[in-house]
Amino acid sequence: MSPTRKAFLRGLIAAAPMTVVVGPFAMLFGVVATEAGLNLFEAMLFSVSVFAGASQFAALQTMQEQAPALVVLATSLAVNLRMVMYSVTLAPHFGELPLRSRALMAYFLVDQSFATTVAEIDRNPAMTAGEKRAVFFGAVVAVAPLWFVACLVGGMIGTAIPPDYALDFALPITFLAMVAPMLHSMPHLVAAGVSILLSLLLAGMPYGTGLLVAASGAMAVGAGLDRWLKVRRA
Amino acid sequence: MIDKATFWIVLPVLALGTYAIRFSFLGTLGARPLPGWLTRALRYTAVAVLPALVAPGVLWPPATGGETDPARLAAALVTLAVGIATRSTMGAIVAGGVTLYALLAVAG
Repeated sequence: MSPTRKAFLRGLIAAAPMTVVVGPFAMLFGVVATEAGLNLFEAMLFSVSVFAGASQFAALQTMQEQAPALVVLATSLAVNLRMVMYSVTLAPHFGELPLRSRALMAYFLVDQSFATTVAEIDRNPAMTAGEKRAVFFGAVVAVAPLWFVACLVGGMIGTAIPPDYALDFALPITFLAMVAPMLHSMPHLVAAGVSILLSLLLAGMPYGTGLLVAASGAMAVGAGLDRWLKVRRA
Repeated sequence: MIDKATFWIVLPVLALGTYAIRFSFLGTLGARPLPGWLTRALRYTAVAVLPALVAPGVLWPPATGGETDPARLAAALVTLAVGIATRSTMGAIVAGGVTLYALLAVAG
């Protein structure tokens, strides 16, 4: 087997356990989107064109609260800003590849493909750019088709679920479950605390703008505390 | 219900914006390092946005007309606690869902 094919398989196998989360998560998006009044076509178009789970949920929630488009966009794009860091981290490894390769990789740059690729580069730093790309697409093949199919299934069963199943609460639970594992350092915990506190205090602000103020404040406190801890340690 | 006019504005802009974010450094050959303050800020975007997105709805759920619901509040706290303890998103979702349905059934 060629080294490239081996690298592809390593990516596929490394990302395979992530399907346990991706499948149900995508299905939930399909369900919640159609419950919120999108038809199957709109829900799928959303998933295919944006292809970023957390921000899709964020957009659904703010649109359901009748927030204006600007607030919806600011919130969901903010959720995706972490991917600037992914893009920065991967750039030096793939700079020599043709632009169309990198343009395609950008579309498929999600939490799972990023985490798999970075971990594999860490283990095998001597890989060529082509092998690294094979790892990346191995991970993509493990999660992306499943994401689309599960979304479709969720969208098809969505409207069949009766309202007494308290599906209104599927979104908050999903978001909390996504955030909780990220709270592994003091600044992360404090930022989340500030975020909760400010959003409750500012809940009365019109059109969900309290959310934006709360998130900015929490980000500043987290980054500030991060810096302060590093300076003190140095 | 989602306002379709808003949806059709949000969809293309969010799709293009998200792609631009992903393409930003990977697409432009220059792999310049980001300034330290920016990297630090970016590290905290998700934990800053997501809790603020859900906190008001957890305490004052629209489904109960804004009245605090013990079942929903407990489910949220269990989700957070299990997620922090196990670092498993799926585990936290299951724990939160079981808590919610068990308490709703008891209260039912």
